[in-house]
Amino acid sequence: MASLSRDDVAHVAHLARLGLTEAELGRLEGELNHILDQYGRLTELDTDAIAPTAQTIELENILRDDVVAPSLSQAAALANAAAARDGFIVVSAVLDRGD
Amino acid sequence: MASDPTDLTRRYAHELADGLRSGAFSAREVTDAHLAAAERDNRGLHAWLTIDASTARRQADAADQTLAAARSEGPAALAALPALLGLPVALKDLVSVEGGQCTAGSRILEGYHAPYDAHITERLRASGAVLLGKTNMDEFAMGSSTEHSAFGPTSNPWDLDRVPGGSSGGSAAAVAAFNAPFGIGTDTGGSIRQPAGLCGIVGMKPTYGRVSRYGIVAFASSLDQIGPFARDSRDAAALLHAVAGRDERDSTSAPMPVPDSLLGLAASDDAAAGALRGKRLGLPREYFVAGMEPGVEARVREAVAALETAGAIVEEVSLPHTEYGLATYYIVAPAEASANLARYDGIRYGPGRRDGDTLANVLATRGEGFGAEVKRRIMLGTYALSAGYYDAFYLKAQKVRTLIKADFDRLWADGFDALVAPTSPTVAFRFGARLADPVAMYLSDACTLPVNMAGLPGVSIPCGLSEGLPVGLQLIGAPWTEAELFGLARGYEAITADAPWRSVEPAQLAQAADPAGPTPAERAAGLAA
Repeated sequence: MASLSRDDVAHVAHLARLGLTEAELGRLEGELNHILDQYGRLTELDTDAIAPTAQTIELENILRDDVVAPSLSQAAALANAAAARDGFIVVSAVLDRGD
Repeated sequence: MASDPTDLTRRYAHELADGLRSGAFSAREVTDAHLAAAERDNRGLHAWLTIDASTARRQADAADQTLAAARSEGPAALAALPALLGLPVALKDLVSVEGGQCTAGSRILEGYHAPYDAHITERLRASGAVLLGKTNMDEFAMGSSTEHSAFGPTSNPWDLDRVPGGSSGGSAAAVAAFNAPFGIGTDTGGSIRQPAGLCGIVGMKPTYGRVSRYGIVAFASSLDQIGPFARDSRDAAALLHAVAGRDERDSTSAPMPVPDSLLGLAASDDAAAGALRGKRLGLPREYFVAGMEPGVEARVREAVAALETAGAIVEEVSLPHTEYGLATYYIVAPAEASANLARYDGIRYGPGRRDGDTLANVLATRGEGFGAEVKRRIMLGTYALSAGYYDAFYLKAQKVRTLIKADFDRLWADGFDALVAPTSPTVAFRFGARLADPVAMYLSDACTLPVNMAGLPGVSIPCGLSEGLPVGLQLIGAPWTEAELFGLARGYEAITADAPWRSVEPAQLAQAADPAGPTPAERAAGLAA
């Protein structure tokens, strides 16, 4: 099985949007490789002809009518935001104003 | 330890329900007794993250009014009362209760208030239950010991230096310590059954799709299922009956009828024991794994012998892909978790960082808000789903999942009524014993997680003590056979009703109640030193 380098660990942390310290990256390198070693066992099994199982109960095409139903009020939806203004959640600017 | 016979916390929920209807005591008295126990024990056990006494008393008073009205109307009105009226319930702190905290054991949800009730909260309210508070858990339900809670560990009432299991360790400890007759947990790889086993109570993971998960903090969506804790099978079945059933807001909840037989388990021991005759039970040899404690194996084999004596037919069977369950689970569950936990970015809710640009804030919020085990699983899952590795890991695991499920399907097709197995290879372990090696912690669930992979119902029931600590017996059934599993569990309770271990209470309840005693966090720190 593949083994993860320190750079790989940092790359995965970036993909996962986890801000990790140098010490955490070092510890995870060892731990993840130890766990990945356990995954290696699965290569013993020939699964070429086996279909994957994504869920276990055979429900499909769960549909409903598209009707208006009660839902959260705007006030309730915003109540957990650190800051709100005019019905919006206040966040840091994503785009530069250019001025 | 002899307990006070007038102590309402020592009664089963079905006994409390009878007494409420007859007027022997009030719902307020029942709630006050449990609140007093919960508040008294919470320093020593730390089963609860919040105890909401004023709301609980209000709900109890409302139940008393309903009871009084029904009593004045007559027996038909009393019989029509909802099953859980006036009965206290402990909720794992990942169940949304409108306006209340819902931390999932994580700093990243500290200060978050649920804007709505979970489906099961609505159902519990409709059934008249009293919501006592929210219980401790491993962060985002990731763990087997409750040591991964951001708010400190919970002790096992049988030995305060040991874990209650996890991830639903708070609910299990609360029910075992007589803080509540009922508890709600969730089970993704064993998180109800393993703590039930380690705390000496009954805990069931129902069939995937049996209970709506609307309003529950998600961990691994193809595996998570909600289920009941109680101190006997009749109570656990009644709690499942109250919360089960189709709900449009969780499209994975199945339109399967919920059998009323869950409310009608045999009250008489003779009838319950008689129902074991002729039942065909499989004993999967792969579940008696290397590393299993001899005392645990001995108790499980004695339980199997007792079932045989009562007329059950037990045959050794094989589930050949069991040994691949752990690796399969630790690909599928972290992969799904990494996707589910992407939502915790601190932008719309939660105590996010606001002092940098948007990306820096998200990285800092997640880096600081998640604990070590959650980060480990997010990293594993992100890696298993990343470009170039998806086929080797996630797709491969889903294919092996098919093989694991097929092992069970073959036994149901062969006509087995249920499988009998240990719940956990060991009794409760000491704080810190498995923290250093994640794989050692993951092995705690070797006997429970294949059941989640296959979407099956499983129940853990107490079957005796090993070195003074509880051992759990696991019964596993075909999909939608929860009532049949509880019938077997009730039969086992009946044939062991006079066993000496049944009357043994958790050994360290008195120490847990000591207002000057150490907290679980202090005990854990002492053991680590």
